[in-house]
Amino acid sequence: MICDRAGAVVHGYFDNELDAAGAAEFELHLERCSECVFALEDLESLHSSIAVAQLYERAPATLRKTILASLDRELPVAAFPSRAVWRWLAVAAAILLATYASWRVTSLGRSDSYDAVLAAEIVDAHLRSLQPGHLTDVISTDQHTVKPWFDGKLDFSPPVQDFADQGFPLQGGRIDVVHGQAVAALVYVRRKHFVNVFVWPTDEKDRAPSSGSQQGYQWLEWRKGGMQFCVVSDAAPSALQQLQSLLTSN
Amino acid sequence: MNSPVAEEGCNVLDSQEQVRFETLVLPHLDAAHNLARWLLHGGADAEDAAQEAMLRAYRFFSGFRGGDVRAWLLQIVRNTCFTWMQKNRHGKDTDEFDEEVHGPPGPTPEALAIAADSRGRLTRALESLPSRSREIIVLRELEGCSYKEIAIITSIPIGTVMSTLSRARRQLQLALTGPANKESMHDL
Repeated sequence: MICDRAGAVVHGYFDNELDAAGAAEFELHLERCSECVFALEDLESLHSSIAVAQLYERAPATLRKTILASLDRELPVAAFPSRAVWRWLAVAAAILLATYASWRVTSLGRSDSYDAVLAAEIVDAHLRSLQPGHLTDVISTDQHTVKPWFDGKLDFSPPVQDFADQGFPLQGGRIDVVHGQAVAALVYVRRKHFVNVFVWPTDEKDRAPSSGSQQGYQWLEWRKGGMQFCVVSDAAPSALQQLQSLLTSN
Repeated sequence: MNSPVAEEGCNVLDSQEQVRFETLVLPHLDAAHNLARWLLHGGADAEDAAQEAMLRAYRFFSGFRGGDVRAWLLQIVRNTCFTWMQKNRHGKDTDEFDEEVHGPPGPTPEALAIAADSRGRLTRALESLPSRSREIIVLRELEGCSYKEIAIITSIPIGTVMSTLSRARRQLQLALTGPANKESMHDL
């Protein structure tokens, strides 16, 4: 006797691919179908055999080093016949890149999925910044040190203020990349939670804050006075709102 | 794919872009190596293919639109491996898109099945699967990809992913339980 669910449905259930209703229904079915129970047990036993056998083959440490070395070599590619051609290609490539970057920034600016794309990039950037040694390029709690540090590194001047008295001491700043564009990242700390404030210029008109969360991190973004702001942290959403009002009130 | 000029454009990415690549893509090197190892049946080839795939990914990085980095990288790994196999074809992987359910092929199935530990047995069973089944098992069981991710990486419709996965698992179960149960496969 063969149960018609013993195929794809058991696998879907085992792999967590059924929706909640489908899974609940299948669990009811399991109570009275021993065939599906056995099929499920077989899948579990196969899965654990595979896990125990340690079939996953990680890359050897030397491979990572080799790749890093060859990435460095990738930068100055010298496979071209003459310098003139190389120079011409570099110019063409720079134009392509610049066009592409500005197209990406503007087209993303208009797109409906802007928030989702932005959020993913911002959360990535935030996570990256939490890696040892990545948080700040300029470490200072003094806004008069941090602000001039950005001069000459960016083609705009981000607003930099210390809010230590309001519970958000400034930690420093760094340059980061969002949507392929260099942006200012200001780092604050809120009761041991790091907060990244990303700032970059925009042509779009002002917009009220919108918020969301991703991978356990809260973000809040808004536009004001030709600047796009995006705050991200694992601090409470209310803390982000507080920082938002501090940043916009001045 | 990319024209030479566009590809060159990627090569002149600034160092910030390189850092971005190293933080987003390079952490998935283990996944790249593991998939290459199981697609190519082996050690040194897998390292070379994983390295080549990484360099390709690096060149195409400016075309990456965000989203699932691992799936994007594994697509490149897979393409690299199939190109690799075509270059170094020794008639071994002609079974790629075999829709038939076969027991483990090869001259000595009994010897294979009687083999000592389950690691050896599983390795051989996995090696003997048609490459489509093998890569789906690797992506699901070893890499933990969702059906949707597998469909994206392999460009196979999700329904085919599901049917191939259940068939491949049956074949592995059979290989694990040994030749004594071989007949039961025909009941399934």
